[in-house]
Amino acid sequence: MAKIIGAVTINQDRCKGCDLCVAACPKEVLLLQPKEVNNRGYHFAFMNNPENCIGCSACATVCPDGCIEVYRVKIPD
Amino acid sequence: MNINDIIKPENRVYTKPKLLLDNHMHYCPGCSHGVVHKLIAEIIEEMGLEDKAIGIAPVGCAVFAYNYVDIDWIEAAHGRAPAVATAVKRLNPENLVFTYQGDGDLAAIGTCETIHAANRGENIAIIFINNGIYGMTGGQMAPTTLEGMKTSTTPYGRRIDLNGYPLAMAPLLAQLDGTCYVTRQAVHTPAAVRKTKAAIRQAFANSMNGLGTSMVEVVSTCNSGWKMTPVQANNWMEENMFKKYPLGDIKNTVK
Repeated sequence: MAKIIGAVTINQDRCKGCDLCVAACPKEVLLLQPKEVNNRGYHFAFMNNPENCIGCSACATVCPDGCIEVYRVKIPD
Repeated sequence: MNINDIIKPENRVYTKPKLLLDNHMHYCPGCSHGVVHKLIAEIIEEMGLEDKAIGIAPVGCAVFAYNYVDIDWIEAAHGRAPAVATAVKRLNPENLVFTYQGDGDLAAIGTCETIHAANRGENIAIIFINNGIYGMTGGQMAPTTLEGMKTSTTPYGRRIDLNGYPLAMAPLLAQLDGTCYVTRQAVHTPAAVRKTKAAIRQAFANSMNGLGTSMVEVVSTCNSGWKMTPVQANNWMEENMFKKYPLGDIKNTVK
């Protein structure tokens, strides 16, 4: 079976750290930065477990600020 | 495969719609307004109505909608968006005209305009953001506030004997002959967001086809007003708001 792997990019300056993408991710890929903040003082999201991403777009769909871009690749066997 | 090999333009499956501008949104983190703005931008882009769409913004948190979605907007007086939309649509029948209103705007001060515009069957789409609270002014009680819900003007919870019953606008409008599509959706999960997108798309199509008034109620959160985190607010909405405001199509005469 072909394997699908994905990746997301997060616009860190636009992110408000609302945590909705972290809750929506079925594979527990995303996490909010525990210490680091962006130029507005929000703990922005980042890919904590990038190898788990399946590119399902759940995080980007629920993101209220449209910060997330999703990429997906299908690897044939 | 390296992550840099995946992040390439040809592999992109989801990105911010072009009509959603890069301005930093003034909404609180996790606000449902952002999701609905994004959906409107996506739908108008997909329908190719960039030059024909005219939005009527309300008074409330969404008052600055013109800063975020790159279409024509008119700012109406408080609650008067359906009246303004009536005029715009009658004078420009070939344009997509929709209002974007919160519950303080549509269900309180603008109830008269909303009901009469729907009763006349104006060919407009009404997007109704129902978060059960006056978000912009500091979380006061709205007509849609649930029984027992704490707000800054009902600190011990809304009392039926003192404040009356919560107002469900969607079933009210569904009774009117002028409406063709009345639905209630939410944007708390990816599946719900996709359903809301389909609902708004149908409402816009109804407006363009001149079939009557369409109303999409989006049950939303106001995490700042409810004094919760965005994730807690979504859970609270599922447990409490959906009992009074169940999701689903209430009326659909367009099949």
